[in-house]
Amino acid sequence: MSMSTSSAVARRSEMLRLVPGPLPLEAAAELPLAALDTVWIQLTGTLCNIACRHCFITCGPKEDRVRMMTHAEVARTLAEAERLGVKEIYFTGGEPMLHPEFFDVLADSLAVAPTAFLSNGILIDDLAARRLRQLFDASRYSLDCRISLDGTSPETNDSVRGRGTFQKIARGIACLAEVGLAPVVTVVEHQEGMAAAEERLRFLGLLRELGVTRPRVKFLPLLRIGREPTRTHGYGEDEFVRPEDLTPEVAERLQCRSCRLVTADGVMTCPLLLDEPEARLGSALGDALGPIRLRWAACHTCVSEGLQCRT
Amino acid sequence: MPDVSRAHVDPVAPFDRVVERRAVIAVFGGVYNNHLALQATLEDAEQQGATRFLCLGDLGGFGPHPDKVWPRLLGHEVTVLQGNYDHSVGHGLLDCACGYTDPRDNHFASLSYRYTLAKTSEAFRAYQRGLPAVIHERWAGQSVRLAHGSPRQVNEFLWESTSSDAFLSRLLDEAGPRAGGRADLLLVTHTGIPWQRRLPDGRRVINVGAIGRPANDGSTTVWYALVTVDPAAPEPIAVEMRRVAYDHERLADEMRREDLPQEFVETILTGWWTTCLEILPPKERLRGKF
Repeated sequence: MSMSTSSAVARRSEMLRLVPGPLPLEAAAELPLAALDTVWIQLTGTLCNIACRHCFITCGPKEDRVRMMTHAEVARTLAEAERLGVKEIYFTGGEPMLHPEFFDVLADSLAVAPTAFLSNGILIDDLAARRLRQLFDASRYSLDCRISLDGTSPETNDSVRGRGTFQKIARGIACLAEVGLAPVVTVVEHQEGMAAAEERLRFLGLLRELGVTRPRVKFLPLLRIGREPTRTHGYGEDEFVRPEDLTPEVAERLQCRSCRLVTADGVMTCPLLLDEPEARLGSALGDALGPIRLRWAACHTCVSEGLQCRT
Repeated sequence: MPDVSRAHVDPVAPFDRVVERRAVIAVFGGVYNNHLALQATLEDAEQQGATRFLCLGDLGGFGPHPDKVWPRLLGHEVTVLQGNYDHSVGHGLLDCACGYTDPRDNHFASLSYRYTLAKTSEAFRAYQRGLPAVIHERWAGQSVRLAHGSPRQVNEFLWESTSSDAFLSRLLDEAGPRAGGRADLLLVTHTGIPWQRRLPDGRRVINVGAIGRPANDGSTTVWYALVTVDPAAPEPIAVEMRRVAYDHERLADEMRREDLPQEFVETILTGWWTTCLEILPPKERLRGKF
């Protein structure tokens, strides 16, 4: 193990103490998989070109604890997902555009199902935008570019995503707009009131200024896991989902009733639980179709705030 | 003694109706209070020889005078499925359950829902409450499922660009009239934009579009499906998507007089959607003007 990896592990252990551990199996609500509609693919593992202070899975330029998937591993996943009747595919990371075969992987996926990727947009230049537009036009299924931006000013965004990132992300969005693609901009509510109506209008205004003619914005609640507990705080001891919280109406809108996450290390229940060894369901999608348990503190956010990672 | 075990596997029993002779059937959805487009659709279908009319639901919303739709449905003995709108109006729920997420979309959806709910008679609402959610028929030996959004969820959007072959095959596998059965043909509406797909194994999914609102294609016309069932034909179920023109300027006048939003009127007059845009997938959205 390299020095950087061991220090990452040490940092990670420090953070984990800020979030209570999972509920015992017998105390946790059980949720069957209604259907495998959405397959998330952790394409670049935890590798990212920036290290956001609120990242819920602690990704960064030196974070290699979950490795990048190979093109062949992705191809196997896509084939299995297709056999299982997948409705949509999402690529995430880390920063999925760091994958050396990113565009080929995207083309493979678009041959199977509508596809989205979650990016910070920093690697989107004129050439990348043109390649994305070509993929968009060549596929009969929709390609959705999701770009994370956490403020309408450098001050707000850069306070969590790092100095200088606002300008780089804005440039990436402008490149997409230039080729006629309309990204979905996702905003994490890292400050009070970010999802308020006026703030939404400010985001839509900014996107129009960047040339996006059909702007879309999606707000996401903060997840107090990963790096976030060191920025603010983690979950309280009583912030768990109890079996009685899981009414049919709540269960209906939980994304883990219709998704699984595929990583280089196996299949997990959902994108939030990347770092929870006990959330690993098996080595392939076919092993991961059974019920899951809502044991983790982060499950509290999905239940109480109706979080849906999908667009 | 009757053979009970055979009765359980009778392939005909689970179907609501069996069509074994030549028949022309009009299938449409999304009336959205557009009584003029409904009349034009019924007339066009009759001219094409249709003797049966199927509506996949969503009678209200968007347009004017909800109660003008009902006599036309009854007059042609239209078989109507319950859409999410009809379920909401029928039960007097708080919203249309259309599945929007954007606040602007929800604002307009709320305006049109409150108008429709207030202007729909109690008798028509009772009718909407009693509509079936799904219909399963057998046409020329094929298993046909009719649904509003998707067979598994009334307000699920089946758009052309977000419905993978793999997913549609799974829906058809699960959409049989009984456990273990499967459908050969699925007809849906709910999105408002028509499309059809033949899957690699030959089974088909058809979104018939909507007759109440143009298909965001810059034309004021609306779409429905004309289905010719003919067991003797090389294609026993032939589906033709038909465009229908109607007096859209008169509808726009009626909408203005009812103080419905100018944005809705503009859609009727231009053929471009101006609201409820965020639900459109990227491909469908880029084809529109807004």
